[in-house]
Amino acid sequence: MREQQGIFKNIDWVLVGLYLLLVTMGWLNIYASVYNDEHQSITDFSQKYGKQLIWIASSIGLAIICLILDGKFYAAFSPIIYAISIFSLILVLFLGTEISGSKSWFRIGDFGIQPAEFAKFATNLMLAKYLSNISIKMTDLKTKIMSGIIIFLPIVLILVENETGCALVFIAFVFTLYREGLSGNYLLLGFLAALIFILTLIFGKTILFEIIAGISLLIFFVAKKNRQNILIIVAATIVSLGAVYSVDYAFEHLEPHQKKRINVFLGKEVDVKKAGYNVNQSLIAIGSGGLTGKGYLKGTQTKYDFVPEQSTDFIFCTVGEEWGFVGTSTVILLLILLLIRIIFIAERQRSSFTRIYGYGVASIIFFHITVNVGMTIGLAPVIGIPLPFFSYGGSSLWSFTVLLFIFIKLDAYRLEILR
Amino acid sequence: MIYSERKYVIIGIFIVVALAFIARLFYVQVINDSYKFSANNNVLRYLIDYPARGLVYDRNGELLIYNEAAYDLMVTPKQVKVIDTTDLCKVLGITIAQFKKKMLAARIYSPYKESIFEKQIQAETYAKLQEKLYKFPGFFVQSRTLRKYPSSLAAHTMGYVGEVTEKKTKKDPYYKSGDYIGISGLEASYETELRGKKGMRVMMVDVFNRPKGHFKDGQYDTLAVTGKNLISSLSARLQKYGEALLKNKTGSVVAIDPSTGEILACVTSPSYDPNLLVGRERSKNYGALLKEPGLPLFNRALMAYYPPGSTFKLINGLIGEQEGVTFRDTRYPCRGGYPVMGGKPKCHNHPSPMDLPGAVATSCNSYFCYVFRGIVDNRKKYKNIVTGFSAWRNYVLSFGIGKRIYSDLPQELSGRVPTVEYYNKIFGKNGWKSSTIVSLSIGQGELGITPLQMANIICIVANKGYYYTPHIIKGIYPSKQCRPEYKVKHYCKVAPQYFDNIIDGMQGAVDHGTSTTAKMKDYIVCGKTGTAQNPHGKDHSVFVAFAPRNNPKIAVAVLIENGGWGATWAVPIGSLMIEKYLTDSIKRPELETRMLDGIVLPPTESDRIKANKK
Repeated sequence: MREQQGIFKNIDWVLVGLYLLLVTMGWLNIYASVYNDEHQSITDFSQKYGKQLIWIASSIGLAIICLILDGKFYAAFSPIIYAISIFSLILVLFLGTEISGSKSWFRIGDFGIQPAEFAKFATNLMLAKYLSNISIKMTDLKTKIMSGIIIFLPIVLILVENETGCALVFIAFVFTLYREGLSGNYLLLGFLAALIFILTLIFGKTILFEIIAGISLLIFFVAKKNRQNILIIVAATIVSLGAVYSVDYAFEHLEPHQKKRINVFLGKEVDVKKAGYNVNQSLIAIGSGGLTGKGYLKGTQTKYDFVPEQSTDFIFCTVGEEWGFVGTSTVILLLILLLIRIIFIAERQRSSFTRIYGYGVASIIFFHITVNVGMTIGLAPVIGIPLPFFSYGGSSLWSFTVLLFIFIKLDAYRLEILR
Repeated sequence: MIYSERKYVIIGIFIVVALAFIARLFYVQVINDSYKFSANNNVLRYLIDYPARGLVYDRNGELLIYNEAAYDLMVTPKQVKVIDTTDLCKVLGITIAQFKKKMLAARIYSPYKESIFEKQIQAETYAKLQEKLYKFPGFFVQSRTLRKYPSSLAAHTMGYVGEVTEKKTKKDPYYKSGDYIGISGLEASYETELRGKKGMRVMMVDVFNRPKGHFKDGQYDTLAVTGKNLISSLSARLQKYGEALLKNKTGSVVAIDPSTGEILACVTSPSYDPNLLVGRERSKNYGALLKEPGLPLFNRALMAYYPPGSTFKLINGLIGEQEGVTFRDTRYPCRGGYPVMGGKPKCHNHPSPMDLPGAVATSCNSYFCYVFRGIVDNRKKYKNIVTGFSAWRNYVLSFGIGKRIYSDLPQELSGRVPTVEYYNKIFGKNGWKSSTIVSLSIGQGELGITPLQMANIICIVANKGYYYTPHIIKGIYPSKQCRPEYKVKHYCKVAPQYFDNIIDGMQGAVDHGTSTTAKMKDYIVCGKTGTAQNPHGKDHSVFVAFAPRNNPKIAVAVLIENGGWGATWAVPIGSLMIEKYLTDSIKRPELETRMLDGIVLPPTESDRIKANKK
């Protein structure tokens, strides 16, 4: 890499380039999604695209600050940043403004700040700091518990704020833990738990009981009947049955609208007017784009508000409608390219702190992409989380910018670390 | 770095998810078309602009049909939000129960498509409604036009306009449920000209159904094209006069200009006001008209079959001449009846034997029995009665009887001329001969002719051998030409030179024969009376005539049911019609008053019983 001076020294221009490209594309689509004949000036700050310009400009400012700060700063200040973040999550419960049932925003005039967004990089820093300690082994029970506390503390607070979607994001750290040595069984277990969860909801308690009992018996007859195996089979069966029962119980005690949402997602209920409306309209918008789209600013479904939240959670619809399959697949490829680049860079680090942090960045961004895009094309339940760098909103853009640029700074700093 | 291999697992998961998304997007965006359709359903609204229907003028430029604005309240059930139902009902003057019923009907038709909620709202209600309409999402007003018939003339000929049937909407995609269409009369036969072309605006709407502009800058919009105006051949003055003359009588008058085939008047009595079959009260009024004893909805001029009586002698005379059976100077005896068959059919008192014109003028029954039997029994030419009769029948058909002539009035019927098969069925094969069917020679028996056909026969006589198909529309805007098929001469099978003898006879009938009332000072009128026997009561009074003899301008057929002798009612009425048309004034006020005030009662029940006993 060419020797560069000042804050841009050694930074990874591929990541910076991808970031700028995605943010620009995001802004163009926000402009299209709220575009109307009365407000065409791009600097009309009464419109979302005008405000987003301010968010982008300030994000670039934040990015530069992230690059200016010393590389040692992040590792050193991780606990403090994490503490501030947790404190603000608590503070917002008392001082925050309630918006549609969630108390997670500090409001200053027209602009709002959501502490939960910033908890992501704070938690990531803290986790990296803790796991990068030389004496830490992921296989230790203590490490698992400590990591769990670091991750679940913000989750609990954010759940209290009633921002379920945002809280779920922290599950993504399981990828980091996996990379650092957590047994693959946990990933598998997580997958199985999700499977049992979904199957229980689809088929009901009784059928699931029967299926699990059947599988257990089958394994029991096939497997070698030593003491350990029998123990495992019995334990697994009891745990699975318990899981099914608790899922069923939990579901029965959900609020009706939550039940409905889940049912619609599972395809058990067709409700085009209410819970299924968003997904249906979103699919119509994306589907109507065809191969090459209707052309920039020519979308009708998003522009005329058929798609709800078309500039935030459903921004991908605008891409789909106006740019077609060519546009959507390009965006997905760019995002995946970004993730792979992050993983690639993380793996070249000598500092385990930077590597762990890098995996956290990739995991969080990946979770956002999966849930957000999956939701717009009907592959994931409607959970309101933004598409990284694309969706309208200051807090999320700031948070993703800081998340990414801390990593870029840490990477640029790698040559100066001697471990 | 013992776990660094795990990066491949993680990158693998990223890639699998990305590929799954791209595959799903490919399906949703490229393979599956249904979303594009739904998107259009979401955002596009097809607004139809209804053009004004064409106007109709009479031959002198008087307006016969025009349009009046009306408003339909439309509803799209799915867009109806919770509204103040009571308020809407109050404005419309309906009950809540009616409201619910109408909503249900609309929902059954289609929750997403608009349908008519309330038809033809009056202007003042419309004004009140328009102010409040913003409160009722899902409702909107569509302006329509209602037909108006200012002079209330010629109801059957004008016809009426009504809502299109479901069957028609399935057959013809131009029509959508709730559209209006001409149902009878010229409204039906000139539907394609009168309706114009619907315009369509393809509008984009947002999620609240608010218009957002024209789709693709109006590229797919079409303008409504106003219906074509028509010029009717009717003379409103003559039509009005004819309707006045037939007041309190049952029957029909048809007047045609023989030189063009244009129908000048087409009177059916009893009639009704065509404005009754317009608007909200239409079905109620229609039901009431259906129940009236005089059958006012029955278009006698085009649909009623009458035996032509003596007027049919003209045709038999012509065929006889063409066939070489009779000549101008051929005289046949008459001794108060047809001597060959023992004095039957009977005849009235007149000098005998007469030549051909004389026989026409005096309407000698005997003479035409000789002629008719001479035609069908001509064994030099036809080897039996079947071929003889068939030859005669073909002649008759060429006069536009026994088949549809395809005028531009949809209700027209074909009339009836008995066939060989018919007689075979009644009398058995070989069970009939010319004497069996001799009543055909004087226009009785199984013949059935509509007044329109009668008038057309007189056109043929006046033109000496041909007719233009009678039609009611002489000009279609912008060219002001009639349909091309009405400019074609149709020839009958009798050569022109044979007509003079018959016409001489008709002139004789007016000058000194059976219809002297029809005589005019300035014009030579040629006419023929008829007295058509009628199984249900008193004879029908019939008169056919044309004038002037040279260069005929009007041919008229008059039929007054149960009017008795032709001379009693039909001749004076026909004569007044001719006078009115040719001179536009009436110089015989006493006769006119007598006809205008005259009442011909339909047969009572006892008349019928008496007639049946006979």
